[in-house]
Amino acid sequence: MEIKFKNISEVIYSHLKKDELLTLSFTGEESQFIRLNNAKIRQTGLVHDADIHMKMIANGRTCTGSFTLSGNDDMDTKRAGVEIERMRLESTQILEDPYLIIPEGSGSSREIKNSNGLNFKDAVDAILPAVQGVDFVGILSNGKMYRGNSNSLGQEHWFETESFSLDYSLVATNHQMVKGTFAGTDWDQNEYEGYLKQSKKKLELMELSPVKLETGNYKTWFEPAAVSDFLSMFSWNGISEASIQQGCSGFGKMRNENVRLSSKFSISEDFSLGLVPKFNSDGEVSAEELKIISSGELKNTLISSRTANEYNRTSNFAESGEYLRSPFMEPGSLDQSDVLKQIDKGLYLSNIHYLNWSDNPNGRITGLTRYACFWVENSEIVGPINTMRFDDSFYNYFGDNLLAVGNKTEFIPNTSTYGNREIGGTTCPGILADSFALTL
Amino acid sequence: MRNKISIKSLLDAVTVPADWVGLREVYESNTPRMIRDGVPVSNGHYSTHGAMVEVLVNGQFGYFGTPDLSQSGIELAAKKAYDQAKAASKYALHHFTDEVRPKNIGRYSSPFEKDLRSISAKELNMLLLDAYNNLKVSDKIVSASSLANVIQTNFHYVSSNGSDVAQDFLMLEFDLSATAVDGQNQQTRTFGGMRGTCRQAGMEFLDQMEILAQANKIGEQALELLDADETPAGEMDIVIAPDQMMLQIHESIGHALEVDRILGDERNYAGWSFVKPEDFGNLQYGSKLMNVTFDPTVSSEFASYAYDDGGLKAEREYLIKEGILVRGLGGKESQVRSGIDGVANFRASSWNRAPIDRMANINLEPGDSSFDDIIGSVEKGIYVESNRSWSIDDYRNKFQFGCEYGKLIENGKLTKTIKNPNYRGISNPFWNSLKMVGNGDTNGIYGTPNCGKGEPNQVIRVGHASPLCLFENVQVFGGA
Repeated sequence: MEIKFKNISEVIYSHLKKDELLTLSFTGEESQFIRLNNAKIRQTGLVHDADIHMKMIANGRTCTGSFTLSGNDDMDTKRAGVEIERMRLESTQILEDPYLIIPEGSGSSREIKNSNGLNFKDAVDAILPAVQGVDFVGILSNGKMYRGNSNSLGQEHWFETESFSLDYSLVATNHQMVKGTFAGTDWDQNEYEGYLKQSKKKLELMELSPVKLETGNYKTWFEPAAVSDFLSMFSWNGISEASIQQGCSGFGKMRNENVRLSSKFSISEDFSLGLVPKFNSDGEVSAEELKIISSGELKNTLISSRTANEYNRTSNFAESGEYLRSPFMEPGSLDQSDVLKQIDKGLYLSNIHYLNWSDNPNGRITGLTRYACFWVENSEIVGPINTMRFDDSFYNYFGDNLLAVGNKTEFIPNTSTYGNREIGGTTCPGILADSFALTL
Repeated sequence: MRNKISIKSLLDAVTVPADWVGLREVYESNTPRMIRDGVPVSNGHYSTHGAMVEVLVNGQFGYFGTPDLSQSGIELAAKKAYDQAKAASKYALHHFTDEVRPKNIGRYSSPFEKDLRSISAKELNMLLLDAYNNLKVSDKIVSASSLANVIQTNFHYVSSNGSDVAQDFLMLEFDLSATAVDGQNQQTRTFGGMRGTCRQAGMEFLDQMEILAQANKIGEQALELLDADETPAGEMDIVIAPDQMMLQIHESIGHALEVDRILGDERNYAGWSFVKPEDFGNLQYGSKLMNVTFDPTVSSEFASYAYDDGGLKAEREYLIKEGILVRGLGGKESQVRSGIDGVANFRASSWNRAPIDRMANINLEPGDSSFDDIIGSVEKGIYVESNRSWSIDDYRNKFQFGCEYGKLIENGKLTKTIKNPNYRGISNPFWNSLKMVGNGDTNGIYGTPNCGKGEPNQVIRVGHASPLCLFENVQVFGGA
């Protein structure tokens, strides 16, 4: 793939005229998908995909385009030529762009992560035998992923990784469920079967009689997967500088009214784990670490170069959508073995579901409990709860109501496959909140 | 740029000893143009082109999505798909036959008068700039944008049992948005909420006078919301406009009736359903005023088509008739697995995803009440327009929706404007509280380009048409 990208890049750059600047980015994958229901195979297949995204700066205008790389050199050269001609023509027709991002020619990188992954032809026999006898539903996504970037000034970046993710649910006879995600780069059959055993053990708890809760406020422990879902909301009308400037961010209170979250809450953009490329689609390379919120205080927003130009800020080379690419939330001091004791009476939520802003300026998020969520009394699990809707502000549960933060972080992989398989994920601990509002 | 290929010749060249082979070629281009705050932020042309080879081996389907449309590329893809299917067949959830890929031959072209070339990039930029200027009615509008995305899609599906279906689509997504800010009071108004204005249409849809008038209204309403009262909290009647009914139908009817969800395929992702197989023909889903159709035949609605991606001919069917659930949203695979009557809704987002049960156009059929009849019948309640927030549980029971714009209804009249109108409920009792259904004059056609579902994940386009509706005794509330 790297060679293909290099070759087509050279061809494309050779088409350029003086005063035309071009940035190319590449997204590719060679993936296997096995979809399961009731411990059987519902659908299975392979996908090879490779797309070139082009951004041309010419005549004070920005034009963009993309096409699929077929693998046939003649066809791909033709497709590229047509796109260049189209952008060249449009650059004489469309409105001038006062906030152009002029590409730079400094710095290149190459990162290839080789691994001993799960061979496509072995996948069925590796996964299926161990799940027989339980109601197992989910998907295996497996294979190589590629990201590349180059520009007409000579800058080149390449990132290649191979990984698998078995994202699944185990379903109890009473329809209560346990969620699991076994993901990594090197496949270890024993580790997989051990991980599955843990899930099966958790499933036994789900067979307890479900508890019906009333609406109200409850002391609540959120496992890292649930915290990760809350943090994902920061990437949608939250931490983006453009969102703040355009009046559609839940971070306005922190920026404009100096509101602080709990001193126990700190989050940064941290590329040191090496799970995602440091370069963005413009080829700009981010710092190894960017503090976002430190001890409850907003330190930085995510600022793309375009936003920096438009609102007179300094870019921290965020992606154009200004979303978190490699978030890391600092652990605290609460040991997992003390969680039930600290809850005493309240909720233990493993996962949450279908989040949306219900009052964005005030940080209010609604959503639902899902999977292994329990009612706790006298520091013991009584049983799983029936699904409840919540509606509460992150200014509360990451703010004044934040009692403690777990002392261990967990990596929650990004399992999204819209359009293509995503890479990376969120690293965070669990949290204990003094109060959390259930509304339906 | 779409390279013309003969997929029938490619299919003929496939030599794997499968029980059935299908080939589905998809080309799609998106051409978005957007002006935000007076400057262009998008002038793009994004295309994708590839094919999915699908084979049936020992009752198990296997697929390979490939951008390599050469004969050798398709042959290799078929071999790999064959190996996948064969290895999986010993754990097959269901042993299918080619009955689930019925033979059909036909064509579909979406209706349009003016094609993409009838408006230049310059003209469209200028139209969007004019729209922006009309949105910016005050300095309190801190951000405003206008967007048009033109989508061209070509499907061609052929199979070893004789299907040959070609379908061509020209579609438009259009949006206008204005955000007014006064301190922490932030209010956004759009053209139909969450990209709800989307149709199968040509450039004739971009009527300049209409767009500029709408832009002005949207800017004024965003401003109006800054000074509006907060929505009162309590249980009361709610009158819902078609651009919010769209979302209500989508989340609490459409997804709940997808048969693959009922069969449990989606339990690890989108979720299950409160609807059970035995509910078909029996469940009182809503009041007797409720008539819901699967209708891929409505001209210009966003998800009209003639055949689904398994080759099944698409026809209008009642899903809910006089409040009783009668039919599910299940394609041929779901129909043979469940025994539930279904529809032609086996659809994939592109060449790199396998088809699953999706909505197409799911419409609430008009009743016989006028706008004035409905508002006039409400002593105390609210009227809401345009979705801005949506959330529902994995069984499609407990929902909460937020809208952009509302009005109080007092003694049968629309009175004050209210901000942050939200409401919540549980699907089955909510639909049974449907008290009045508007007539055809109140009907609106909307859709969404962003319906997510499936593993691997897929985004697909759906359409929803609905008249104005009145529901009684609903829990409503405001912000903060």
